[in-house]
Amino acid sequence: MLKILKYSFYDLIRSRWSYVYFLFYLALGFVLLFLNNDVSKAVITLMNVIIVLIPLIGTIFGVMYYYNSREFTELLLAQPIKRSSIFMGQYFGVAGSLTMSLVLGLGIPFLLYGLLRSNAIFDFSLLLVTGAFLTFIFVGLSFVIAISNENKIKGFGYAVLLWLFLAVVYDGLFLMSLIIFEEYPLDTFSLVATALNPIDLSRILILLKLDISALLGYTGAIFRKFFGTDLGFLVSMAILFLWTLLPILSLRYKAKRKDF
Amino acid sequence: MTIAINNLHKRFGKNQVLKGVDLSIDEGHIYAILGPNGSGKTTLIKSILGMVIPDKGSITVLDRAIKKDWKYRKKIDYLPQIANFPPNIKVKELIHMIKDLRNSPSAEKELIELFGLDPFLDKKLSTLSGGTKQKVNIVLTFMFDSPLIILDEPTTGLDPKALIRLKELIQKEKTQGKTILITTHIMQFVEEMADEILYLLEGEIYFKGSITELLEQTEQTNFEHAIAAITTSDSHA
Repeated sequence: MLKILKYSFYDLIRSRWSYVYFLFYLALGFVLLFLNNDVSKAVITLMNVIIVLIPLIGTIFGVMYYYNSREFTELLLAQPIKRSSIFMGQYFGVAGSLTMSLVLGLGIPFLLYGLLRSNAIFDFSLLLVTGAFLTFIFVGLSFVIAISNENKIKGFGYAVLLWLFLAVVYDGLFLMSLIIFEEYPLDTFSLVATALNPIDLSRILILLKLDISALLGYTGAIFRKFFGTDLGFLVSMAILFLWTLLPILSLRYKAKRKDF
Repeated sequence: MTIAINNLHKRFGKNQVLKGVDLSIDEGHIYAILGPNGSGKTTLIKSILGMVIPDKGSITVLDRAIKKDWKYRKKIDYLPQIANFPPNIKVKELIHMIKDLRNSPSAEKELIELFGLDPFLDKKLSTLSGGTKQKVNIVLTFMFDSPLIILDEPTTGLDPKALIRLKELIQKEKTQGKTILITTHIMQFVEEMADEILYLLEGEIYFKGSITELLEQTEQTNFEHAIAAITTSDSHA
């Protein structure tokens, strides 16, 4: 698996899109820091950007990579390599290279700005960790979608729909149900509903850490009331981890049974 | 016996591709797998390689049942039909990579020379023409020393000179006692190379035997016509 990972990773970090992605974060980091002049505020703005953008890029990159390397995957499948190693290697290659673009792209401007001397360093690293989680989750989901759909257009469509649903539609539905059922106790419902969407979960995770009550919203407040800041942090981290595991396991399951 | 296939069934959705294939492939011969488009040739090959998972039946390669195994593929060299490689890496790197993945001794130098690939070694794969890609594909297949070689449409895109080299190469491998399976639609190639013909029709082995036997059975004098006539003669093999 490590060999496949190595080659997928090298193949990707040499592609133009990885550089574009990296440069985008680099530019974003510099602009935010020097316009805001305040690391904490920059972290919040960044959170709003990356929490939507990372899933989108992860989804699209994952689907594109899977379909583009399909013939090459067939070549690998005829080699004496275990099936799951091929797909796991490619998955970690894509997710790893995207995560690297994110960490380097945002890390460099923050380091130059003097992050190490500010006390926002934990907030900032949490942002990167959450970003990495989201990358791994959405690349995984997109791989699962791609492996289940032979038709490229369909696969691409489903992947984008999934992103649209989790990033935009979900919140709308969530809010609507909160309004419609406002007469009822909604604590458990909103806790569960948040845990079922990795994007919402990441947002709450970061806000809990930043401890900005004004931005927490209803669910965030419940989260804090329910678990307290520290426990809430741990619980949401654990659920994010489960979210990462889920697509990986179903990818392995699908890969074992698929015909090529 | 190199490959033994027993009652192999495979269905893709509503399409029953293989309907109980029984087959034994002996060591040291060249087999041509023929059949009309969609007769299950590629599915059969891919089942042997473990890329397609059969619904029913068993396959043994070199006396090992292949179900849930992957190590037996060390003994197989496979040339896929469409060679599409990762675009961002160089020919040299690809060869190195496959060597690294298989981790067995390889003789790529002679092959690179044989097919005149030296000037392309430092080029990226996306810049190569179809024929050159196929040459790279051939080098990747033949550089290992495995007892079983499977070639899916090996002649695609090759110029006459490379085609002659390929034929010589296949003959050389045969003299070393290797078993070779080839699918192709070029009958002249089959006539020149194959010891035995396997004719697949609608998911079953319709004919198995030598070219002479085929000519006798179909009462034809020309091989190409014999293949075309095979389905109209009523005798089963």
